[in-house]
Amino acid sequence: MTAPVYNFAYLDEQTKRMVRRAILKAIAIPGYQVPFASREMPMPYGWGTGGVQVTAAILGPDDVLKVIDQGSDDTTNAVSIRDFFSRTAGIRTTTATKEATVIQTRHRVPETALTADQVLVYQVPIPEPLRFLEPRESETRRMHALSEYGLMHVKLYEDIARHGHIATTYAYPVKVAGRYVMDPSPIPKFDNPKLSDCPALQLFGAGREKRIYAIPPYTSVASLDFEDHPFEPYRHDAQCELCGATDSYLDEVITDDAGNRMFVCSDTDYCEMRRASGEGAHQVVTGTERGA
Amino acid sequence: MSAIAGEEPLLTVEALTKWYGRQLGCRDVGFDLYEGEVMAIVGESGSGKSTLLQLLSGQMEPSGGRILYRLRDGNESDIWQMSEPMRRLLFRADWGYVHQDAQLGLRMGISAGGNVGERLMGVGWRNYGAIRASATDWLERVEIDQSRIDDTPRTYSGGMRQRLQIARNLVNAPRLVFMDEPTGGLDVSVQARILDLLRRLVANLNIAAIVVTHDLAVARLLSDRIMVMKAGELIETGLTDQVLDDPREPYTQLLVSSILPA
Amino acid sequence: MRPLELFGVAKTFTMHLQGGVRLSVLRDLGFSVAPGECVALTGPSGAGKSSVLKLIFGNYRCDEGSILISDGANAVDIAQASPRQILSLRRRKLSYVTQFLRAVPRVGALDVVAEALTDVARGAARERAAAMLTRFNVPERLWNLPPATFSGGEQQRINLARGLLSETPVLLLDEPTASLDAANRDAVVDLVRERKRQGVAIVAIVHDDPVREAIADTCVDVTRFAAAA
Repeated sequence: MTAPVYNFAYLDEQTKRMVRRAILKAIAIPGYQVPFASREMPMPYGWGTGGVQVTAAILGPDDVLKVIDQGSDDTTNAVSIRDFFSRTAGIRTTTATKEATVIQTRHRVPETALTADQVLVYQVPIPEPLRFLEPRESETRRMHALSEYGLMHVKLYEDIARHGHIATTYAYPVKVAGRYVMDPSPIPKFDNPKLSDCPALQLFGAGREKRIYAIPPYTSVASLDFEDHPFEPYRHDAQCELCGATDSYLDEVITDDAGNRMFVCSDTDYCEMRRASGEGAHQVVTGTERGA
Repeated sequence: MSAIAGEEPLLTVEALTKWYGRQLGCRDVGFDLYEGEVMAIVGESGSGKSTLLQLLSGQMEPSGGRILYRLRDGNESDIWQMSEPMRRLLFRADWGYVHQDAQLGLRMGISAGGNVGERLMGVGWRNYGAIRASATDWLERVEIDQSRIDDTPRTYSGGMRQRLQIARNLVNAPRLVFMDEPTGGLDVSVQARILDLLRRLVANLNIAAIVVTHDLAVARLLSDRIMVMKAGELIETGLTDQVLDDPREPYTQLLVSSILPA
Repeated sequence: MRPLELFGVAKTFTMHLQGGVRLSVLRDLGFSVAPGECVALTGPSGAGKSSVLKLIFGNYRCDEGSILISDGANAVDIAQASPRQILSLRRRKLSYVTQFLRAVPRVGALDVVAEALTDVARGAARERAAAMLTRFNVPERLWNLPPATFSGGEQQRINLARGLLSETPVLLLDEPTASLDAANRDAVVDLVRERKRQGVAIVAIVHDDPVREAIADTCVDVTRFAAAA
């Protein structure tokens, strides 16, 4: 039995052309959601089909691909997608952010600063930032077209009224290039500052919702806020227990049945790099100490 | 007839007509409305009053005639010659629309403060404290207890929802407010409260208003001028007390005589 | 020009619901009122006296003739005026004390009266309204209550207070003392005399002979202008 032969990166060339056209349009109109004809992929909706189609459309034989899921290279999904491209495109894959030319990510931005020859592809579940307030697609499209974004601030107002502060901690809405309001995908708000003025190209793909959008390099991206409740980047009360980092986004890991926990870097590559270079070793605080 | 010297009408309507296929919505309606004037459109079911309100508020395109609105810069503009974004902006910034069913005019899942503040945020207000203060002030003006500012209208009674809708529409100081049976379906005591509120707010803020109602008592209470509609035609128009106390047309006489005495 | 002049005024009602029956009420009515003069309309019940007041106020439409109100250097003809002009005249030049008070629910007596002063700040308006109510012996405890539940006499006094508060150049009074006791009747007479001294032109319907004699300078018998049967 002969092994199945796939076109490079699974998608046929016409489809890749269509996706690239959508990507070009998205880059030309930063933050604008471009509809595209999302194909059936060998994984179901909700498993990153949008990101996979964008990656498939832009991969070339010399690219080096990294795939992360919540910052980690070794979750089932990350491994799965990496294998998928390895098999259908034959390209080199890596877990090191610095080595990658294309990085596909689910819900995190890498800690390591990106460079101008890299592309970051985000997997997006619901591309429409106004969806939960205005369920009608016809209406949200008009609102974007006419820059009617009062409703977006209503959501933030509600947060402050209810919780005393803007309680949105992920998928925090942003305004791109001073024009379109965009959902940056469910990345923690900790990552929002990284979107702005980034040397790398950022692409966003939503497979089920059939939308692609983009932030071109060096574009201003401002998180929505109020004058008297300005956007504040999130600060952890702890450091990574493996590498001592104080500037990375931390995951909370329950270590035993007694409820003991520890905080570790969500970005596995970043953590490994730090540990390998011996950088933070002396800064690690043993035992679990947590602030309030 | 000439206007008071120096004043131009806020809204000029000429030969406004709407056909639904071969069914007449309304025909040849024309009038001028000045700042601070309240016009009632009365009629029974099928009179065309609701059609007329939809046409006047830019929500439905007429088959004939035109509607000229005087913008804040003093220039008159045909609202159906404007671009759609312009019309939508007008609707948000200069006009208000109070629905008979408050649920249509409110966001039920958002707090009262958010409902009132939305218009402000829509025109660029970015200070939470200021937005909340304005919302609080308006809740007071429509006699909703300030402690309810963070509750959603789902928890409000019908009368409260209607008052919230009124606040939401008046917060951005519109020049013209359209009202579609603003007290329809509410209990009598609640109606009285809302009518009183409307009367005072409209007078104090010098708002022009067009109120559709089937209730002549509401027209008498709220409006300076009245238009009587029947089967899509304008039967009679003039000063409210004049038309209701000295009705000229047969239909108007019928309408006025049909009210049960107190 | 006098504050109020009527020429050739005619009024006919067409009752469409009664088969188009035409009721002619007035024909070729004319008179004028000088500043500080009070003209009393006389005639039996149903002669059309209230109709004359309503025609002047613009409440009834005028079929023929003209009703001129002086407005600065001009005269405005109520019979031809636009709704906007009539509203403006009612605010500034013309007051009408009707026979019956139309009580708005929920609005207290003091505010009902204060609303007559459209161009005055609310605080000052309420103060002047309070003074007027005091003149008409309306006790303070009633001031914040809506007049709908008041007695006929009390309602009439609220009505009078409102009509007399605004001091417009033309004043129309329909049975101002009908439901009042002697003390309040006197208060009305005093107030009317004050207005006359201030130059207000008054047209009044008064059934009470002594009151009429106290305030009227001229009488116009409306039956003279009754339409031919």
